[in-house]
Amino acid sequence: MSPWLEALLSFLIVLGALLTFIGSLGLARLRDFYTRLHGPTKGTTLGVGSLLIASSVFFSVQGEGISLHEVLITLFLFITAPISAHLLAKAALHLKVESLVPLPDEAIARKNSQHRDYQSLD
Amino acid sequence: MIKSVMQRVLLRLLPHPLLTLLLAVIWLLLANNIAAGEVVVGLLLGWAIPFFALQFWPDKLYVHKPITLLKFAYILLHDIIEANFIVALRILGRPEKLRPAFIVVPIDLNSDFAMSILANTTCLTPGSLSALLAPDRKSILVHAMDVDDEAAFIHTIKTRYEQPLKEIFEGDDDKHAQENIKP
Repeated sequence: MSPWLEALLSFLIVLGALLTFIGSLGLARLRDFYTRLHGPTKGTTLGVGSLLIASSVFFSVQGEGISLHEVLITLFLFITAPISAHLLAKAALHLKVESLVPLPDEAIARKNSQHRDYQSLD
Repeated sequence: MIKSVMQRVLLRLLPHPLLTLLLAVIWLLLANNIAAGEVVVGLLLGWAIPFFALQFWPDKLYVHKPITLLKFAYILLHDIIEANFIVALRILGRPEKLRPAFIVVPIDLNSDFAMSILANTTCLTPGSLSALLAPDRKSILVHAMDVDDEAAFIHTIKTRYEQPLKEIFEGDDDKHAQENIKP
């Protein structure tokens, strides 16, 4: 493996680690539940993404044949990260978790009325 | 007459051709090689899974404009990379200076699939996170991390993400859209 390639791979790995770390750091530094969701959702996608690119390139050069199943991990991550964030936000809204900004009353009112409807159906 | 019967039989046997292809590709990636045997197994799985999971996918999935889809994928990738750096900078910057907000973004998509892609997209792009789909399916509630102009924010989501999605999955004609409306 040429030194240039090694340098590129190291760069990708360090960048990935750094972005993942910053994403997690967001949990400590940001100030309310809803903004905290942003850090891990976004920080990790590109962080893990660049780690996976590095892995893919490394094993394609090193091993036998092209290694592409890392693409799959990236794809699943892109699908699952937003879904978990969405569900967490939804649950938080439902429980009226405190926020720096006023919670959207209208949406919550609608949600609650819908909830009551479900209960009355039972 | 005969042609339409054949079409219907084909549709019954192969309910989601696009999903079949997608699953086959995923299988090949999972197997991590492209031997002929793997292709066959992939296609077989790609046929069988949608066939038996038909109940969960009642709506037909059309891609009306494949080129727009590619363009959209490119924009999305670009925005994901940008979003990561923006969020990283905001975390490292001064979190107490951020101006978070809940913003209601009106949407006029009809197909469930397009809606979920839109919600997914807003989560991956700079400073936004979809939190709630209104029960009437006419708007989504988005939590933005740092926003100073709500109108511009809504405009960006509508033109940059919603418009292409509408073109890709619902096409220009409203016929399919009408079929997909849930009572």
